[in-house]
Amino acid sequence: MALKGKDFLGLYNVSADEINEILTTAEAMKEVFTRTVKKIPTLRGKTIVNLFYETSTRTRSSFDIAAKRLSADVISIAKDSSSVMKGESLIDTARTLEVMGVDVVVVRHSAPGAAEFLARKLKASVLNGGDGAHEHPTQALLDMYTIKERIGFFKGLKVVIVGDIMHSRVARSNIWGLTKLGAEVSVVGPATLIPRNIMDLGVKFYTDLDEALAGADVVMILRIQKERQAMGLFPSIREYRKFYCITEERLEKLKKDVLIMHPGPMNRGIEIESSVADSVNSVITEQVTNGVAIRMALLYLLAGRKKENEIIA
Amino acid sequence: MKLLLKKGKIFDPVNNLSGEYDILIENRVVSKISKNIMEKDSKDVEIYDLNGLYILPGLIDMHVHLREPGYEEKETIKTGCEAAAAGGFTTIACMPNTKPVADNPATVEYIKAKAEKALVNVVPVGSITKNGEGKELAEIGFLKEAGVRALSDDGNPVMNSEIMRRAMEYAASFMLPIISHCEDKNLSGDGVMNDGYYSTILGLKPIPTVAEEIMIARDILLAEYTGASLHIAHLSTERGLELVLDAKRRGINVSCEVTPHHLLFDDSYVTGYDPDTKVNPPLRDKRDVTALREGVKMGIVDVIATDHAPHTYEDKLGEYDYAAFGISGLETAVSSLYTELILKELFDFNDLVRLMGINPARILKLDYPGIRVGTRADLIVFDPGRNWKVEKETLKSKGKNTPLLGKELKGKVVLTFVKGKMVYNDLENKGVLIYE
Ligand SMILES: [Zn+2]
Repeated sequence: MALKGKDFLGLYNVSADEINEILTTAEAMKEVFTRTVKKIPTLRGKTIVNLFYETSTRTRSSFDIAAKRLSADVISIAKDSSSVMKGESLIDTARTLEVMGVDVVVVRHSAPGAAEFLARKLKASVLNGGDGAHEHPTQALLDMYTIKERIGFFKGLKVVIVGDIMHSRVARSNIWGLTKLGAEVSVVGPATLIPRNIMDLGVKFYTDLDEALAGADVVMILRIQKERQAMGLFPSIREYRKFYCITEERLEKLKKDVLIMHPGPMNRGIEIESSVADSVNSVITEQVTNGVAIRMALLYLLAGRKKENEIIA
Repeated sequence: MKLLLKKGKIFDPVNNLSGEYDILIENRVVSKISKNIMEKDSKDVEIYDLNGLYILPGLIDMHVHLREPGYEEKETIKTGCEAAAAGGFTTIACMPNTKPVADNPATVEYIKAKAEKALVNVVPVGSITKNGEGKELAEIGFLKEAGVRALSDDGNPVMNSEIMRRAMEYAASFMLPIISHCEDKNLSGDGVMNDGYYSTILGLKPIPTVAEEIMIARDILLAEYTGASLHIAHLSTERGLELVLDAKRRGINVSCEVTPHHLLFDDSYVTGYDPDTKVNPPLRDKRDVTALREGVKMGIVDVIATDHAPHTYEDKLGEYDYAAFGISGLETAVSSLYTELILKELFDFNDLVRLMGINPARILKLDYPGIRVGTRADLIVFDPGRNWKVEKETLKSKGKNTPLLGKELKGKVVLTFVKGKMVYNDLENKGVLIYE
């Protein structure tokens, strides 16, 4: 089985079957890590472009490693968002890439819909590496992979996403993916950082952290951007910490085997206490490892889609 | 020179005229309206067979951005008026947010001079404040003398309530209505679409309905307090409509308009991030669209106006966040309203003439005689059987920015007469002339 579309833009339009397929493929990819030669020739001769309009060392290097482990040729283009004032740049870049004959374009952009825009303009496959507050499907998939590896199933699992849901593409992608596989998702944060219609996405909504955390199997903590305070969305960092930080004290009240997740980079001591981040419940470093496996799986499924019979060597 | 329009079906609520009539136009003046006009001396008569077609008084669009002077790359008075003629509008009111802003008599005179040579009548709107900045009153008296029929800072609200209060007091003494673009800038912020389910799933920055409603409420209160005449531009929400209804019941001098796009599209159309769906106020949710349609049907909505906002290809290229706000509307308004609302029996052509003729004329204090013997022919012909596809190449406006691009519409304006002159003819074969 391959993916249905030419592109992979988000989890909103993806079926549960496709998600399972990606997770299964990622398992095979992760197996490669245990080898002494951590490289397979699957995408030899394919060209993958990492087009990053937002600085993100983590995601970019994760895509970079993923592509290289599949033996693809990788080109990284980093653009400073501040110099990108209008759409011309994106469309011109798209045209340049088109003539270069690339196979997959991984795009990260601050404007929601940027990946979809590129996908419409390009014959190449587009893989969304995060577009504004819209979607960040590879992050959600690596989160789901991590949950599956640790817990084994999604049905009825209580997942709580904590923090700035409003501006979070990670939250949106996780909501779509997790609910499709049967998890019960709740969001919690200051009311000012939760979209008004969040319940229409099939999740529960809390403003009281302790109430939301009761019975949680997985706690996903989002990074809080300090500039939201200047926008008048919450009063102060110290008040945020008081009401929404996952502290050791709060962790102690949770299930013994609760998973603590964070997409990074963390503000230690603000949304998560260091002792929680480094606790046995934390799978934050595993998330990073699994990110490479998920990205390998997606690149393989997209770039290798024309040759379905070619299995992992 | 005589022109005989034969067998068209007239809808003219101004003169209570409806049914099949022949219209004779002599020297640009309607000289006869009768069941069967026979012209003996046929050499001198051009005869148009309008059997099966509808004839309406020329329509008025009281909310148009002609962009000239200053933004001629988006539209000019000439191209905007060509688009108006093709859309069935014989009179349009143009908004003052040009460069320079029409906050002074010279700019108004410039617009009038250009409009003199254009296809349709242009009624200039002057700005409320200098440079449309919302800080100091424009020279409203001079603007009135130069010929403006209303005042508006459209494109932007007058955020300062004290300035708006003084503007209303001052404008009232010059008998000028204030057309208010209702938007609390602090609430709308850098939002790009309606706050709701779709903004949540698309991750686009939301504009809440209250950003509009708070200003509608404020302006109604100020209109009541000052006695000014207030017209709410492009009203887009259910709650806003309720505020207007309530104000009307209290006897406050308030009217409102809605746009075709707010009647046709809800915010689900933003899915796919087509920048042509980006407009201010934004496309609202289904509930609001239903309420607006109901408001039109109930007569709470006084006017349908296009808020024709042409932009260049580049203005609408690329990411949704960076695209300009606005929809080009002159040429699709009548056909799209016919396709979606008239054919679905929400209202009829007599209502259309009230909404896009009689009422805007009343608000702008324009003469609106309808189709009447002794007046210069100001009328349009609509072919209900003519289906057409909205295409970039055939739009007269420089602004091709409409979510209707590529869509098939039912019915089309095929003839437009302004001041007795035929300014648009899209009849098949230019109208088979019959020489009897
Ligand atoms: Zn406006």
